[in-house]
Parts: sequence; structure tokens; C-alpha cells
Amino acid sequence: MEICRRKDGLEISELDPFLAELLRQIPASSSIENSPAAKRRIFSAPAGDEHKEICAEWKLYVLPELERLFRSATETVAADLEQLSGNEKTFANRSLLIPTKHADAWLNALNQARLTIAARNDFSDGELAITIDRRSDQGAI
Amino acid sequence: MICEGGLHRLDREPRGSITVVSTIAVTSSTLTDPTIEQQNESEESLDLSWQVVVHNDPVNLMTYVTMVFQRVFGYPREKAERHMLEVHQQGRSILWSGVRERAELYVQQLHGYLLLATMEKVN
Repeated sequence: MEICRRKDGLEISELDPFLAELLRQIPASSSIENSPAAKRRIFSAPAGDEHKEICAEWKLYVLPELERLFRSATETVAADLEQLSGNEKTFANRSLLIPTKHADAWLNALNQARLTIAARNDFSDGELAITIDRRSDQGAI
Repeated sequence: MICEGGLHRLDREPRGSITVVSTIAVTSSTLTDPTIEQQNESEESLDLSWQVVVHNDPVNLMTYVTMVFQRVFGYPREKAERHMLEVHQQGRSILWSGVRERAELYVQQLHGYLLLATMEKVN
């Protein structure tokens, strides 16, 4: 696999089939359906329980905006991933171009997927720390 | 993006009291001494006592959180990293304090980046 910065985006070429399939799973992985824990994490409260008015207004006005933002990011990524549709055997030597203007959508969708997977599977801090040890330069907060 | 200077200016908004010149009495025939009414507003009524808090999250990456602080608050990298490490080591960090509406906006932006953020009233 090669990652090259192009004028108009980031190109991932010679994709490994396994990685290609992982990328294709991003939109599905970020789904919070049937997972109250994931929903609580993705749409966390803006204030403590003592601020009922703020929480009520948030639910009414802000939550729909956030839902739109997250859905839009996932749809953008899903559209980019159409470049990888097809037979798994054809992934070799296939390229994925992520346009620069889609970078924020990718960051958002990837983060949705990571948070949803962690919440859905109830990973412990210890289990997540294993990831930190293996990737010491990319530790979580 | 909000520059750091802008944020500091907001932080330095007058706290305590402000003076409002509300009435200058002028009659049609004679010019009388102007009547100046002074209105004092307390810090509480100005509602400057909210803070934006980001809480520890074992999933979000350090580099990502630093980037978000830079983007949302316009903080330079060093300051953003200090706040990120404070979240990591102490479980939370106060990123900003000021008026409620601005705090709500910041919390909304932070939630847009999927950080665990809340607004709290300062006691």
C-alpha cells in the first residue's frame, strides 16, 4: 500500500484487500442503531443534570444539527468508498482518492466509527491502553 | 476560526459593573443640566460565569484532541497541547469561560468533533 499526497487530495494505492474491506466497513461501523451505549457516547449531554433547561433546548435545537453533521460525514465517506466497490480480488492495485475537501468528513466518520465500536463493545480502559502501547505516538487522551 | 486575541478580548470583558448613560434631559426653551442616570449591572446579570469543560475520553487520540482545540478556540499548538495533557492527566480541563451563549456555541462545536464536553456554571 502506498499513500501519496496529491494536489487535490490523498491517494491510497495498491490497497491490501483486508484494509480495503476495513475501509468499506467505516459507514456501517459508525451506526448507533440498537446500541444505547453508542448513542449516549455520540450524542453526549451538554451539561449536568441540574441544567435541565439547557439539556432540553439542546435536544430541540442542537441535536438535529449534530445528527445532520454526522450523517453527512458518513455519506461523504460512503460515496468516496464507492471507488472500492466490486470484487475483493480486484482490490489489488486499486486506488482510493480522498479529496482534500472531504478530509474533515473522513476525520469525523472515522472518529464516529472508533467511538461507536468502543461503546458498543464496552472496551475497558485496559483494553484500549493495549492499543496505546502498540502505537505509542498516537495515544488516546 | 477564532483567533486567540479575540478570545482574550472576550475574557477581558468588563466584570463587576458598567455605567450606562441613559438619559439626557433637554427642554425646548432652556438647556438644563443633563441628568445622567447610572445603572450598575452585576457580574451575575451579565452572565459571564460559565465555563467550557472537556472530559477525559479513552478513545479520542491525543493528536486529534490537540487539533480540535486549535481549531475551535484558535489556541496555538503549545496551549492546545497543555489543555489536552490536562484532560489526559487530570480527567478534565477548563478550556474557556465567559458568557453562556458563547459557551453553548463552543460545546456544540466540540460535540461536532465528538469530544466529551460540557458547560458548567461557575460557583
